[in-house]
Amino acid sequence: MSRMLLIWRKSLNVVMLTLTGVAAFGVVAVLFLILGYLVWNGGKSLNLDFFTQLPKPVGETGGGMANAIVGSLKLLLLAALMGLPVGLMAGVYLAEFGGKTFSYVIRYTTDLLNGVPSIVIGIFAYSLAVLPVRHFSAVAGGVALGIMVIPITVRSTEEFLRAVPGSLREGAMALGASKWRTIATVVLPAAKGGIITGVLLALARVAGETAPLLFTAFSNRFWSPGWGQPIASLPVMIYTYAIAPYDDWHRQAWAAGLVLLALVLVANIGTRVVLSRGGGGRST
Amino acid sequence: MSTSATTMDRAAPRRFDGGGPRAFLHRLGHGDEVAHVLTLTFAAGILLLTSGLVYELWVNSHLSRAKFGWLFFWTRTWDPIFDNFGAAPFIYGTLVTSIVSLVIAVPLGLAAAIFLSELAPRRMSDTISFLIDLLAAVPSVIYGLLGIFIVVPLMRTTVGPILIGSLGHVPVLGKFFKGPNYGVGFLTAGVVLAIMVVPFIISVSREVLLTVPREQREAALALGATRWEATWKVVVPWARTGILGSVFLALARALGETMAVTMVIGNDPKIAASLFAPGYTIAAVIANEFTEATGDLYLSALIELGLVLFLMTFILNGLARLLIVATERGGGHPS
Repeated sequence: MSRMLLIWRKSLNVVMLTLTGVAAFGVVAVLFLILGYLVWNGGKSLNLDFFTQLPKPVGETGGGMANAIVGSLKLLLLAALMGLPVGLMAGVYLAEFGGKTFSYVIRYTTDLLNGVPSIVIGIFAYSLAVLPVRHFSAVAGGVALGIMVIPITVRSTEEFLRAVPGSLREGAMALGASKWRTIATVVLPAAKGGIITGVLLALARVAGETAPLLFTAFSNRFWSPGWGQPIASLPVMIYTYAIAPYDDWHRQAWAAGLVLLALVLVANIGTRVVLSRGGGGRST
Repeated sequence: MSTSATTMDRAAPRRFDGGGPRAFLHRLGHGDEVAHVLTLTFAAGILLLTSGLVYELWVNSHLSRAKFGWLFFWTRTWDPIFDNFGAAPFIYGTLVTSIVSLVIAVPLGLAAAIFLSELAPRRMSDTISFLIDLLAAVPSVIYGLLGIFIVVPLMRTTVGPILIGSLGHVPVLGKFFKGPNYGVGFLTAGVVLAIMVVPFIISVSREVLLTVPREQREAALALGATRWEATWKVVVPWARTGILGSVFLALARALGETMAVTMVIGNDPKIAASLFAPGYTIAAVIANEFTEATGDLYLSALIELGLVLFLMTFILNGLARLLIVATERGGGHPS
């Protein structure tokens, strides 16, 4: 009897442990499936026109998404201009100046903001930047993405500043530097690589955001000069093209998906390589 | 790291502490106070921004809150033409899709996390974790794209008929697996969501499992437990609070996920028991109808839905954070 039990326990052991391995490799396989599908379908439909042409009117095949590519870049620039200063300065505050209670409150709020669904951020940006002027604009899209950049930047900046050894600060201060001088000339340069990494990851993350742009930046089938008009972006174009009933649009949606995914993955993998070489902190 | 920073705070600039305006001016001359106040202002900006968000949601949903009150949550009609709005179908759809995604993602994610923390060699574990983190970085609209063109056809032609044929006849469970199968619907949305949230469960659970003291495993193995028994009966219970935290985190993501769900759920505000029926979620209806909302009350009702979504994720994220912090400090275990 006890022999049977032992066999049962041992086989259960083998089966369950194998299953955990299958689960882990299965999830990784999904990543490669996604990549494979996008490269296959997107690669077939990607051509030079995609990068240089405007979308063709409904019914005509061909055309590209040049305006959406430029639009995405413009939106990212706005997001960086609005979100990064707040994120970086707040990160410096938390790592270098913060007291106990107030820092805790700020950290908690930052996490809270990070967890707000992007569609809700969209509503907020709508009421800040669309309602007062009564029309969609690139600036409104930038506000939405900028808000999303803040919490990611704060946490990564704080983390990398804290990873700078205290002895560096003490050394600078022992030489007579004031605190802000120490931070500006010793601590920040030491953490530079990590902070830039964090910034890139934050931008990569918002580059793929669709939901908050739907009713802030809206979309545009033409060039959008200046900053005050509705503007196209890659993620929104993927969405509208994917749900439309035209085969040629589906083809272009795949191409756009491939370009977007390539951008996001290059940013993620690139920063990871830089980090592992420089040995920065752990990211959560 | 944090210890060195705190020693610093205590040791550093206190030498000027004479008090009085002279000392303050002195410090101002060195720029320390300016830098302090400047960074503090930006940090406080985050507080202002977040409270602004809550305020705007509250104020802009005023019309709808005043007209429908608590009935908003129970009303099943969503009728923009007669200005009659109820959130019930959307809340139902949001909950059902999230639950389906958790039913799939929790066992899968926990198993993968166990493999990564208990079995895989460190290098392999790190590589796989990195790949899984990449999965979390894929934009949600791309999941939607794959959902429309791969998961939906697969559900319509293969998976759906198999499930209806097998589970459809089981007494209680059967009513979830009956009815016409269009390919789009709660189940499809749940499957896509599961793929999207599984990386969060894996990475957080793995971290938590790795904090379980080595002695716990060794003690169990020394008592004659198999590797699996040591893991399932000792390591996992030790880390259960943190694992629960990772589940809450995943749930919060699933509730708020917009694009991928919008593209595969069918967008029909109905409450149906069948998982194959098309439905609607809070995030999806906001995404679809916000730009078309013509009346003030219509817009206000959509913003109230946003407020509901915000509160749901707010509570879940708060709970998740508490649980994860509790385990990582080692306070999660009763003994």
